[in-house]
Amino acid sequence: MHFGHDEKQKLIEEVHAVVTVRDAKHTNFVKFRNFKIVYRRYAGLYFCICVDVSDNNLAYLEAIHNSIEVLNDYFHNVCELDLIFNFHKVYSVVDEMFLAGEIRETRQTKVLKQLLMLSSLE
Amino acid sequence: MPTVKGDGMRGLAVFISDIRNCKSKEAEIKRINKELANIRSKFKGDKTLDGYQKKKYVCKLLFIFLLGHDIDFGHMEAVNLLSSNRYTEKQIGYLFISVLIGANNDLMKLVIQAIRNDLAGRNPIHITLALQCVANIGSREMAEGLSVDIPKLLVSGDTIDSVKQSAALTLLRLLRSSPDSIPMGEWMSRIIHLLNDQHMGVVTAAASLIENLVKKNPEEYKGCVSLAVSRLSRIVTSSYTDLQDYTYYFVPAPWLSVKLLRLLQNYPPPEDPAVKTRLSECLETILNKAQEPPKSKKVQHSNAKNAVLFEAINLIIHMDSDPNLLVRACNQLGQFLQHRETNLRYLALESMCLLATSEFSHEAVKKHQETVITALKTERDVSVRQRAVDLLYAMCDRTNAEEIVGEMLEYLESADYSIREEMVLKVAILAEKYAVDYTWYVDVILNLIRIAGDYVSEEVWYRVIQIVINRDDVQGYAAKTVFEALQAPACHENMVKVGGYILGEFGNLIAGDPRSGSAVQFQLLHSKYHLCSPATRGLLLSAYIKFINLFPEIKHIIQDVLRSDNNMRNADVELQQRSIEYLQLSSITTADVLATVLEEMPPFPERESSILAKLKKKKPSSVPEGSEQKETTASKIPAVQMSNNVDIAPPTSINLMSQGESSTDDFVDQGSPQGGSASVDLLGLGSPTQPTAPSVGSGGLLDMFDTLTSHSSAPATNGIDLGGLSGGAEEAFRKFICKNNGVLFENDLLQIGVKSEYREDLGRLWVFYGNKTTFQLNAFLVDVSTPGNLSESLSIQQKPVGGEVEAGAQVKQQFNMACVQEFAEAPVMTIQFLYSGAQQKISLKLPVVLNKYITPAEMDANTFFTRWKALNSPSQECQQIIKATSPIDHEQVKAKASGYCVL
Repeated sequence: MHFGHDEKQKLIEEVHAVVTVRDAKHTNFVKFRNFKIVYRRYAGLYFCICVDVSDNNLAYLEAIHNSIEVLNDYFHNVCELDLIFNFHKVYSVVDEMFLAGEIRETRQTKVLKQLLMLSSLE
Repeated sequence: MPTVKGDGMRGLAVFISDIRNCKSKEAEIKRINKELANIRSKFKGDKTLDGYQKKKYVCKLLFIFLLGHDIDFGHMEAVNLLSSNRYTEKQIGYLFISVLIGANNDLMKLVIQAIRNDLAGRNPIHITLALQCVANIGSREMAEGLSVDIPKLLVSGDTIDSVKQSAALTLLRLLRSSPDSIPMGEWMSRIIHLLNDQHMGVVTAAASLIENLVKKNPEEYKGCVSLAVSRLSRIVTSSYTDLQDYTYYFVPAPWLSVKLLRLLQNYPPPEDPAVKTRLSECLETILNKAQEPPKSKKVQHSNAKNAVLFEAINLIIHMDSDPNLLVRACNQLGQFLQHRETNLRYLALESMCLLATSEFSHEAVKKHQETVITALKTERDVSVRQRAVDLLYAMCDRTNAEEIVGEMLEYLESADYSIREEMVLKVAILAEKYAVDYTWYVDVILNLIRIAGDYVSEEVWYRVIQIVINRDDVQGYAAKTVFEALQAPACHENMVKVGGYILGEFGNLIAGDPRSGSAVQFQLLHSKYHLCSPATRGLLLSAYIKFINLFPEIKHIIQDVLRSDNNMRNADVELQQRSIEYLQLSSITTADVLATVLEEMPPFPERESSILAKLKKKKPSSVPEGSEQKETTASKIPAVQMSNNVDIAPPTSINLMSQGESSTDDFVDQGSPQGGSASVDLLGLGSPTQPTAPSVGSGGLLDMFDTLTSHSSAPATNGIDLGGLSGGAEEAFRKFICKNNGVLFENDLLQIGVKSEYREDLGRLWVFYGNKTTFQLNAFLVDVSTPGNLSESLSIQQKPVGGEVEAGAQVKQQFNMACVQEFAEAPVMTIQFLYSGAQQKISLKLPVVLNKYITPAEMDANTFFTRWKALNSPSQECQQIIKATSPIDHEQVKAKASGYCVL
């Protein structure tokens, strides 16, 4: 799906509105348009994935956690500031683990090895 | 400031810090504008920038963009970065393009060229960056430009694993965005063997691609079933230490397992007994593991394990063949229903909903009814309660309907607004489907209106009326119950509608009791009148005229009401007209005529519940709550139909009952013969088969009606069969004199389109019959007759058309027509079909006109004038001068003349 700049901005706002009102006792899944959002909260940050209604909720919930663990290792105890100051690296991490909206690689050591190799390049 | 790893761009970090230190939005914008001016001047400056500087500035622009500001320059610099040989520069270039450059940007050609260069190069890091960019943008142009390169990478022997992974998913993206641009080739046959790849990462990526291909063409990739089963088996039965790093919190390769289990859901259970056994073993192992004590207390462990378990259960439900597995799955889900994790309770309810539909596990699901009802009452998350509603609906059958409906009604009183409408529909459907005693059904629906009147859609209250009318054992009870319900000081308008309708029909059944005598009933209804919308008032006026027939003793009271300024001079035309017409009807006619006109409604034809249709419409898209989806449904049809002049034969069942009856009902039905507005469609009730044309036997009534209201002469001609043709047929036919394609006929059931082409004496014509309804049209029959001796001049050969037209579908019929000699008449096409059991007939002129067979002849000026001058006898010349009714538009004249075949 292609979205224009304004649509993307609107999506972000809508997702924010849907997700942040939910409390800890709620499920980590919420219907969104014709899809569903699987999300997980880490301190003040929400990590969200929008998937098809028929997709496996728990698999995506853990896929989020798996990538958070990679970020954590990569940045040695990741915090929000790491993600902001190294936003361009975060994209690399995401592209290693997800591509075309699908799960690409799940093995943490392999992803980290690749990322460290890339970091060593000029 | 946190440390910036590796290739720290110091300027970028400083800039980000500055932005974060801004105290106000204004300060931030000021800082950004300063930076933009700086970058712009650097890009425009004379000094050539080195790669590092370019990268830094492009990255800053990207950051500004991500903050939500527009970026209108820097694109070219980003494209330049693509040709750098340094990873970090290339990466920033590709990133900027993926995030910021739309698929339609002018620079796309350059970008694709750069991608192609990187793909052709030998550097796997560059290849991967290029693939990621394609996967993230996925435009058609990319698909067309790279359709050969990417599949080649995927199956080539010397591609390294990580590139293969990216290539598989990039190809998937392109197949999704422009499937027709990717040529199918040799790679396709090799693709399923990627499931056997040594490297699990490749299998993980390839499984998604294969599932996409399988969905389009399951037969071609059938071989993947046994490969997927053996892969799955190796994962599931291995101890977690075997898979090393692909084990996640003691669960072996959970994501790959899920993908494989999903892939298998595209096929029926394996035919090969060995594969089938192996798969059953896998599924049993997964179910067994769910019972084992957890290997870790961490939620990651249980989530990963259960992700696989739920997918396995999905596959078990999909195969729906092994009762043992189905019941085991159900028991497992039953345990989850009481789990402390909300996620698990939610997912268990969702999966159980599917299990309830299988004959093998339906009974097993029913055992959990109490738990589900408790969930409905106690869950904090509305989405979980919604799932409980869904499950109750799915597990409902005749044995538990009364209890489930009771619980749902009780819950409805406090239910969230977002799920009320859907709950109302579900309750209404269950009550109807499983009603043994229809008094119970009536009670349920009236309760629905009482509890959640605003959420009771038209379909629901139409339906209760249809059922009451069709079942005479419940009519007295219904009258009594609505009478009591209307006693409530505040009652919902829908209750007034149902009450008005039912008392108007069956009020006499309870009038024996002085507490509900005729005058009491009337006063009760009329006490609500002023609070109601015009549509409801119109309905009540019709109920009043029915009262005049049922209860002659209160005729004068009702006439006074009709005569009041509030009605007769109401600003609403519809109310005004009803008041005047009903008043006249009650004053002029004899009791006999009145009794005939206002006789009890005949039964409605049995049909699929419109409520069910509505729920079906509502569910698949799972649109969120909101009133915008109140669809225009069949209920609106009768009123609109009147203007369509279609001659639709009345249902035979009505005809048999009494000759005059169908037309008299129409009379009330139409209410306003001219206006035909849907809002007043008192007796429409979603029943388009109700005859809309006054037919034989109603002449006297029509005559009387005509003289009464001079302006309402419409019904006399409306819909009446004109010379055997359906109304509008002549005009539609005329349109085709100058056209070859278009719509020949349209009403609310059917749209008939025509396409034709002619060559010399041969013509071919395709007729497209489009079913506009949500029901199948049966016994669909098309017959063509040739009036007079037309058959000697025009030979018509008709291809058969199937007997059915599915809901919403279109069927095509071909006619071949050869012109033998000139003709003036047109063939007549008669279309007959059953709609909800009622016979429909449409007669139209098949648009074949002589002029279509005119063929232009080429000739030079000399020949033309020789011929022209030869035409000199008086009978060979004819001239007529007419006054144009509209200005002459050359283009239009040209189009018409060419359609007429003289150009």
